[in-house]
Amino acid sequence: MKRLMLALSLTLSAAALAPGHVRAGATDTDEERAARWSEIKTSIFGDRAVTASESAVKIDAPARALDAALVPIGLTLADKDNVKGLSFIIDDNPSPYAAHFTFGPAADPGEIKLRVRVNNYTNVHAVVETKDGKLLEAAKFVKASGGCSAPMGMSDEEAMKGMGEMRLKFGGEVQPGKPAEATLMVRHPNFSGMQMNQVTRDYTPARYIEKLDVTYGDALVFHLDGDISIASNPVIHFGFKPEGKGPIKVVASDNQGGRWEQSFPVPSASN
Amino acid sequence: MNGSVTRRGALLGGLCLCCLPRAGFSAESLSMDEVAPGVFVRRGPDAEATPENVDGIANIGFIVGRDGVLVTESGGSLTDGQWLRAEIAKRTDKPIRYVLLTHVHPDHVFGAAAFRGDNPIFVGHAALRGALDARGEFYRKRLAEILGEARAGEVVYPTLEVKDGAEIDLGGRTLRLTAHGSAHTTCDLSMLDTGSGLLFPADLLFVGRIPSLDGSLLGWFKEIERLQGMGAARAVPGHGPTSVAFAPAIADLTRYLSALRDETRKAVASGVPIETAVQTVALAEKDKWALFDTYNGRNVTQAYQELEWE
Repeated sequence: MKRLMLALSLTLSAAALAPGHVRAGATDTDEERAARWSEIKTSIFGDRAVTASESAVKIDAPARALDAALVPIGLTLADKDNVKGLSFIIDDNPSPYAAHFTFGPAADPGEIKLRVRVNNYTNVHAVVETKDGKLLEAAKFVKASGGCSAPMGMSDEEAMKGMGEMRLKFGGEVQPGKPAEATLMVRHPNFSGMQMNQVTRDYTPARYIEKLDVTYGDALVFHLDGDISIASNPVIHFGFKPEGKGPIKVVASDNQGGRWEQSFPVPSASN
Repeated sequence: MNGSVTRRGALLGGLCLCCLPRAGFSAESLSMDEVAPGVFVRRGPDAEATPENVDGIANIGFIVGRDGVLVTESGGSLTDGQWLRAEIAKRTDKPIRYVLLTHVHPDHVFGAAAFRGDNPIFVGHAALRGALDARGEFYRKRLAEILGEARAGEVVYPTLEVKDGAEIDLGGRTLRLTAHGSAHTTCDLSMLDTGSGLLFPADLLFVGRIPSLDGSLLGWFKEIERLQGMGAARAVPGHGPTSVAFAPAIADLTRYLSALRDETRKAVASGVPIETAVQTVALAEKDKWALFDTYNGRNVTQAYQELEWE
């Protein structure tokens, strides 16, 4: 992870200095795309084998994004009891490694949904890490452009209004024996560092949710390492085991030292 | 694509290009309608920006007063603005005193550079400057990718910023400007020609072409009420015919926006996710608007983001 973050900051500053040099495009050949994925894979997973398995993880994404700054992604995991982590990568984004989930004992990781920015015609990849250490990948091609550099429809100050405010919506009453679902919403601009602010004649510095911990009682549901490819006002849909006690607690922190925490009572038949 | 349509049209011989709503841009294919005495408007085609139409897709035009000319919309590119300027010169030699920049979208502001030499007052909403700061260069680059640098134009800032309202006297012709709250965008400016009672709501009113939401859905309803309070019988919409009866046109817009609001709210409340909502909301409106498939899903995305925090 350390090495990746270093790579990330290098990519970012290069992009900020010469946004025209962001590589890749709609016209790349399959071979070029495969070579890029191979390079990314090595930088994230080292020399570990990553096996293609469309059945292990299914990616739902629009073939052509309606809004490149908000592309809904759904990830369905077949063998959910044997999942340890999940990575989501947008190959041709300036910072490809969009999100990494680590699941805890309170997770029910059958399905994860998130919203991302897509900057170019690109393959997106999901990689599942199983509890016995296997890496399984699936891919999908998404057409979109400009999602990372698209200016937000408001000033930076306005975009930061209410930063850290959270909502947690439950998919219904939580009952023992039935998988529970919830959608977490966090107000945060998730500035990509590529959005121009001409008042200051500079790019709005990257400011994004870097870490997110969701726990149910004492048990971890998931930990998320986030990045600039996650859309502003992050929304994450997840599943959890209903047998926990107490509230669901969310702790979010960003790369500029912001930290927010909130607890949500679980609507439960037994409580 | 459009180019081939145009060529085919030309080959058919004698076929009037202005009858093809999606025909390419060429001076011959465009005309100005005199929608009221001294008020000229060109209809923009219901299309996206292409090299052929040079982003001349909005309704642009001008008003001639005793003392000078006011440009109601400047055009979607330098080339489009230059075309408009030539049309003005054909009809009057009065000086161009004012150019309205009705909001931040490229099809409404990139013609402005064509009028720089006339040294007019560029009039915009007080929030337009900030919006151009954030997006102007981004839009210019995207436009230059389609049209080429030379034809795209440049970002022109307002020199008269309207905070609430303002009046312009063209000489025996008073024009009342209103700066609106967040609606279609965050910087919408409308104008009422007090003499003729003709309203220029710019993109607060779309007719025939699907509205695009880029400000606030709930805010748009408030601004529709304000427009209705101005008592205009006819209006020049930002897109659509050059002049329409105001009441039925605003009723159509309200019907679409209501479907968007009510069905998106329902989706949020019942846990329908955004990726499903974009495919299901407001579908009854599909056959009623041009470019529905291009914009409706985007509008739902915007509406969902706004309404999920209610």
